Amino acid sequence: MKTLLVLPIIVPAITDVCALLARRHRTVQRVLGVFGAAVLFGAGTLIIAEVHAHGIQAVQMGNWPAPFGITLVVDPLSAGLVGISGFVALAVTVYALAGIDEVREQFGFHPLFHLLLMGINGAFITGDLFNLYVWYEVLLIASFALLVLGNERKQLDGAVKYVGINLVASAAFLSSVGILYGLTGTLNMADLAGSMEPVRELGLEPVVAMLFLIGFGIKAALFPLFYWLPASYHTPPAPIAAIFAGLLTKVGVYSLLRVFTLLFPNPSGYTQAVLLIVAGATMLLGVFGALVQQHVLRLLAFLVISAMGYVVMGLGFFTTLGLAGAVFYVFQDVPVKTSLFLIGGLMERETGTSEIGRMGGLYQYRPLLATAFIVPAFSLAGFPPFPGFWGKLTLIQAGLAQERWAIVAVALVVGLLTLLAVAQVWGRAFWQSATVEEREEFGADDPRGVRALLQGPVAVLAGTLFALGCYAEPLLAFAHDAAVHLTDSGPYIQAVLGG
Amino acid sequence: MFYSLILRVAARVLVPLLLLFSLFMLLRGHNLPGGGFVGGLVAASAFVLYVLTAGVHESRRVLRVEPHTLLGVGLALAYGTGVLALLFGKPFLTSLWVDLHLPVLGDLHLGSTLPFDIGVMLVVVGTALLMVFSVEDRLPGLVEE
Repeated sequence: MKTLLVLPIIVPAITDVCALLARRHRTVQRVLGVFGAAVLFGAGTLIIAEVHAHGIQAVQMGNWPAPFGITLVVDPLSAGLVGISGFVALAVTVYALAGIDEVREQFGFHPLFHLLLMGINGAFITGDLFNLYVWYEVLLIASFALLVLGNERKQLDGAVKYVGINLVASAAFLSSVGILYGLTGTLNMADLAGSMEPVRELGLEPVVAMLFLIGFGIKAALFPLFYWLPASYHTPPAPIAAIFAGLLTKVGVYSLLRVFTLLFPNPSGYTQAVLLIVAGATMLLGVFGALVQQHVLRLLAFLVISAMGYVVMGLGFFTTLGLAGAVFYVFQDVPVKTSLFLIGGLMERETGTSEIGRMGGLYQYRPLLATAFIVPAFSLAGFPPFPGFWGKLTLIQAGLAQERWAIVAVALVVGLLTLLAVAQVWGRAFWQSATVEEREEFGADDPRGVRALLQGPVAVLAGTLFALGCYAEPLLAFAHDAAVHLTDSGPYIQAVLGG
Repeated sequence: MFYSLILRVAARVLVPLLLLFSLFMLLRGHNLPGGGFVGGLVAASAFVLYVLTAGVHESRRVLRVEPHTLLGVGLALAYGTGVLALLFGKPFLTSLWVDLHLPVLGDLHLGSTLPFDIGVMLVVVGTALLMVFSVEDRLPGLVEE
């Protein structure tokens, strides 16, 4: 049990070290990379089963008792995210075997990728606020390096914006941690939940909440701090962009969900209003950006932003139903975004262009790819029977129950506009027939093995999403369980502090 | 290479002194301020001084292993002590202690914190040297002629 909880951190750590030591042997690195991701996925599944069966689990690092040491805590939300990130990490590592060039592998793609996974998982399972900051730094360092790996001009351009804004985010996050520590004398999140009285008395609760919102909001690409995301996500190769899109913004919204439900369970009307306005603006601007984009990966990057708005909307309601919708939406959004970026990379590879208007003929020549595109794209638009529909349905039910008509209207309109955006991609890149000269030699001239490595993971992701949409009941129940644990933090605090 | 007679003569004395001092810092960290991180920084600064006086090529030869390897071995050592605790059924990173009674050395109180600290030290040295060496590889003349 004690061992199981640290596995999401030490499995990528060990893979990372082994890949670093074997950096001259490309094949060893590749095998290690896939093996490490597979073990991680296995560990994630076991953790989900354990949490599902026995409730929230906690373990004290170095045997230092909470709240003095660092605690790792896994509740249904953390467990679900660890399991899902293991799943998409495995898919992306397989895709990367063919999708990452040899030079990038030589310069340490595999160690960096697993370092990133370690940071992401650490952020999901830590129960300590400062430790959360440390995991953020681990994943940021790894993502900086992955973003510039290959040294292309556009990559450096994207990376400067990404690094710059993330420094601001870290500063805001660290300031709020400092204020909390100065007033309460603890950093353990469960302990903090019970020691927020001095902060409330001084009237600093909204200040701290807003600093957290800025810090995590930048990482989650919320309005008005999202502009770094479309400026940088289209620059690295598809597998790297896919893992960024699938997981990095999710760490931001996970932290928002965790911190706001645990530390500010009864927010002032002000905080709640800010969250809902931010959510609405994020949804709208994201989808507006996507509607005018011609570059396929940039368009997808704007859709990443739009989706984050839905999650923050669920948080903004501060009801169990709203949180259940938010958690379900995050769960299904990870594979949706990952597969969309992987498919975007394949679309560029097959047609040799990143302009949507100049693609075409994909439906005719790559029917499997076209089918795989439908599932995540229409899930994003909230089309039944794909999982995005169930997420949006729950969120909108929560909004109607609270009689927040404006945000519900925004969510519905954005759903329609998202449908328009993905339908445009579908119509132009897939249905439009290829031009005469393209028809001559369509597609990348990949050998069969390479094509299997690229299309296999995409097909598996799309298939899983389809299955999830058709049989959403277990995941909805799990998300609801997670939301119940978020609204009532009693069991979480008891698991960490004992007694 | 940075030719200065004073620096070269001073380095001849300072490099071994700094390396000894880094070991002192590492071991002192057991119960007092110090430890693997500071020790690693001191050891790295000794090597940086050597790079400045003898050049990167010569420094690589003296170091014998590549900085990457130092980094990897250091991480393996640090994680290894953490995982060792798991094998004994304790939470990750718990320190393990043994008391030995040896005829000549007397009573020894050995813990897994020392290998952990040595691991940290190797990581710090490896990282610092990796940076210095890469800057030199990319921008020859900044450190070497």
